[in-house]
Amino acid sequence: MGGTALNEIVKKVKIAEDVFDFWIHSPSVSKEARPGQFVVIRLHEKGERIPLTVADTKPEEGLFRMVVKVVGKTTHELSLKKEGDTILDVVGPLGNPSEIENYGNVLLVGGGVGIATLYPIAKALKEAGNNITTVLGARTKDYLIMVDEFKEISDVLLVTDDGSAGMKGVVTDAMDKLFRERKFDICWAVGPTIMMKFCTLKAREFGVPIWVSLNPIMVDGTGMCGACRVTVSGQIKFACVDGPEFRGEEVDWDELLKRLAQYREQEKISYERFLKTAGESE
Amino acid sequence: MKNRKTPMKEQSPESRRRNFEEVALGYTLEEALEEAQRCLQCPTHPCVSGCPVEIDIPGFIRKLRDGKLEESYRILKSYNNLPAVCGRVCPQEVQCESRCVVGKMKDSEPVAIGRLERFVADWAAENLEEDVKPLAGSKKEKVAVVGSGPAGLTAAADLAKMGYHVDIFEAFHKPGGVLVYGIPEFRLPKRIVEREVSYIRKLGVNFHLNTVVGKTVKVKELLSEYDAVFIGTGAGTPKFMGIPGTNLNGVYSANEFLTRVNLMKAYLFPEYDTPIRVGKKVAVIGAGNTAMDAARSALRLGAEKVYIVYRRTEREMPARREEYHHALEEGIEFLWLTLPIRYIGDANGNVEAMECVRMELKEADGSGRPRPVPIEGSNFVLEVDMVIEAIGQGPNRVLLSEFPGLELNERGYIKADEDTGATSVKGVFAGGDIVTGAATVIKAMGAGKKAAQFIHSYLTGEWNPWQK
Repeated sequence: MGGTALNEIVKKVKIAEDVFDFWIHSPSVSKEARPGQFVVIRLHEKGERIPLTVADTKPEEGLFRMVVKVVGKTTHELSLKKEGDTILDVVGPLGNPSEIENYGNVLLVGGGVGIATLYPIAKALKEAGNNITTVLGARTKDYLIMVDEFKEISDVLLVTDDGSAGMKGVVTDAMDKLFRERKFDICWAVGPTIMMKFCTLKAREFGVPIWVSLNPIMVDGTGMCGACRVTVSGQIKFACVDGPEFRGEEVDWDELLKRLAQYREQEKISYERFLKTAGESE
Repeated sequence: MKNRKTPMKEQSPESRRRNFEEVALGYTLEEALEEAQRCLQCPTHPCVSGCPVEIDIPGFIRKLRDGKLEESYRILKSYNNLPAVCGRVCPQEVQCESRCVVGKMKDSEPVAIGRLERFVADWAAENLEEDVKPLAGSKKEKVAVVGSGPAGLTAAADLAKMGYHVDIFEAFHKPGGVLVYGIPEFRLPKRIVEREVSYIRKLGVNFHLNTVVGKTVKVKELLSEYDAVFIGTGAGTPKFMGIPGTNLNGVYSANEFLTRVNLMKAYLFPEYDTPIRVGKKVAVIGAGNTAMDAARSALRLGAEKVYIVYRRTEREMPARREEYHHALEEGIEFLWLTLPIRYIGDANGNVEAMECVRMELKEADGSGRPRPVPIEGSNFVLEVDMVIEAIGQGPNRVLLSEFPGLELNERGYIKADEDTGATSVKGVFAGGDIVTGAATVIKAMGAGKKAAQFIHSYLTGEWNPWQK
């Protein structure tokens, strides 16, 4: 009987346009990861280190789950991996776990692959006795993920830009509607940075505290480089060791948005070069 | 006898300022023999007491002089697990060489001990088929070593030689710590670190890479599975000036910049995936060895102008003289008595300039160095599109925050006995930068070596500082 290799991709499913759902064999990550934590991976000797959230775990099988959207070279390369392939380096779990308590009524807002980050948080909050309402948003129906999984543990409201599923609009429209209908004790928003910024503004408008999970550029993920620094309440914080979750009201969003764009030019060069060579080898 | 050190060939400043190859080229056998002749073999050998690992310096030089290179290497290696590294990066001028009797004579330079150490280690790498026996594991006790930098590697190697089962845990995907992420290729080629690490592997030490103790492996597990633990996690958290604009794009910590370049090989982007933004005009803040490394790396990446900005003067600068001279030769410009007070960004959040103020030196402060004080009205703006802050580091909190009962000092580093490395937790030792704050490779190795000896005394039951 052949054993499963460390960091082997045990299962891979395409679950939406450009979005892939992986189960990876890593006994230590699957055993230690808590909701809100992430791993840093490197695909090969020339690869970069990128952070990805742990979306679920099966400790008894030594597996953890990550849901990845193709946004550039490394994520594209990862999406081409097959079941049985391994990832060269996986380190984690990193970062602090989410603060799970019984808050009462909790609103969760997920956009794009942020929905996957939200999933273990939702499960843990449910287990802690909270009433959960979830807003899941995407560009169109084809980009929505994990809807059924969320329906098992919460009331779900879907939102798409074009109205192809659920409400037509953006997640903050849904937040607005829900905040007017009833009282929420706390909320979480995970998704693109710009979305989290506007979710924060919406939550503030209704005086509801909000957690967000930041995904800035990282290198080591263990507090030694400071690439992921963000300004939180006027202080420099490292998302990798002080976060990745922060209170949205305290984050300097505009600075973070600019920092995320810092390698755009290089990212483009790298991705185009990759697509060109990938095309040639076909 | 010649009163000057035998010179060592270097790449010329003109050629090396644009490549990452090693600057200093090492001695030939003839040069090494010539230099070895300068050693007086004096009976007092004060050089040895200047070495944190107390290498038998006259001994290895004598064997070299007599042409017995292998024996010379054996002597070196019996004291120092990483001689090729130390021969390159030790500040010999304030250690062994500073005490050399030859150097005390009129108009005379000390024996080039570091260059000789490097020569012998490099000779061995090329000429000796090393038959390393896996020594680890003959004893039943298990030791965990956290961190694979100079302190951890030294402790692990020494413990393995004593027969202990040694597991070394490293957060990164590569072993070596600061030797691989911090010190650039042109000062310490990575193949040399790999060579020294592979020797330690051959001793039977198990390396667990991508493993963050406190996260991937919990401290509780470590304490229950191992008979002793050595912590050598280094001073890994960069400090920032915290002046306005610190989070602008193009402002880096030296750690980030050097990690991208050294460990991730961003200088080979896009062949390697990790990017780096290379400025045309780069300011490096600080004047320690890390600042020199960052400035010289920026130059090699193609910067047109590189400044080192320091609030004191050349006299107080903490960098090694040799590195300072190399930087000067390569065209780095030094702005002494200058303090940045604000980084200025463009509309996209990219740094485009920095406002500085001139300083003057007043009477000494607590550190014994003259206190720099801003001169009112001396502000000026320097155009820069990249800033690298190399102003020091703090303790890495990842492990410390997950370690119940481990006492820290007022600066946040681990409280460990200076002689033995013993911490407040039974069976747990610590050494290197995580105890002292940022210091040198060889000091960390010295601490690792000492701790290994006391771990041995503890495990054999000869000594137990935790016994009430």
